[in-house]
Amino acid sequence: MSAPSRRSAAFFVGFLVVVLVIAGGISYFASADPDGLDTVTLSGCQLDEAGEPVAGTCIAQIAGEHAMASPLADYAVEGGEGTVGLAGVIGVLATLVVAGGLFWLLRRRDGAKARE
Amino acid sequence: MHMSDGLVNAPTSLLFGVIAAIGLTICVTKARADLDDKTAPMAGLVTAFVFAVQMINFPILPGASGHLLGGAVVAILVGPWVGALCISIVLVVQALLFADGGLTALGMNIVNMALIGVFTAYAVARLMRPLALRNRAGLVATAFVAAFVNVVVASLGFVVEYAIGGAGGASLGTVFTLMVGLHTLIGIGEGIITAATVGAVAALRPDLVYLLRGSRSPLEVRGSAP
Repeated sequence: MSAPSRRSAAFFVGFLVVVLVIAGGISYFASADPDGLDTVTLSGCQLDEAGEPVAGTCIAQIAGEHAMASPLADYAVEGGEGTVGLAGVIGVLATLVVAGGLFWLLRRRDGAKARE
Repeated sequence: MHMSDGLVNAPTSLLFGVIAAIGLTICVTKARADLDDKTAPMAGLVTAFVFAVQMINFPILPGASGHLLGGAVVAILVGPWVGALCISIVLVVQALLFADGGLTALGMNIVNMALIGVFTAYAVARLMRPLALRNRAGLVATAFVAAFVNVVVASLGFVVEYAIGGAGGASLGTVFTLMVGLHTLIGIGEGIITAATVGAVAALRPDLVYLLRGSRSPLEVRGSAP
């Protein structure tokens, strides 16, 4: 089993730093407006301060509450204000562990033969 | 573009849950061939990248925003089979940890963004591959177009699901027009982010760009020189 080269390791570390900066820092500048699909499902309703439909007719009125409570719901830690960056970093690490773990287990083990 | 629970009826949710499960099973089988000691860590990082960038909603109109879906990013960087798994993992993490996207809607979200989105992007990228192999500008243009088409076609997935089992609240014509209109704008943002990302990876490590693999493109030759 060949370990990734030093050049690859440097690239991967740099990539991870960029990802952490996006989730942990740039996320503070994200728009809070509804995305494309939410705009469609809210279309036809008047919204309150929190963006929930209060009057009119729209698709979102019949949407259910999320079935599972999570301390990270809506990209905040325990609902705390200004915690989107921390929630983002936790999400990046969780995603990396799940995806990295799955792909590492699935990979071919025939090393050199695999290269084109 | 994450659907919440309850937007369509239960049989429709179940149907798309089954389609997603079949699609992902095929992807897991096929993904093995594209994963080795070098591409497996890359695929893990690309997945984390998509999660991070999906947090960044950008404004498209007053009161409306959009965010990256990532179908073309993953299709071009790690290939469609691994890429569909990347997007699916992001969607599962978002639904379980962040209450983003409903649990019963997970099948539809996977079909729309991971299956329709990624494979549409890959089809466009394959068609444009001769251009992508020519030079960096060609690759960046390919990334932009693949990303744009991926968003618009993925948005049609919701229109189809609403047509099959929508619980009401708006006419199908309105849903179609609004979905395609808004996602045309979001597609431009997706195109710009995708082009910048693919361009940056190709500048540093063209050997890690799936779409360029197996070619003798100038991009790869340049990249392998010290």
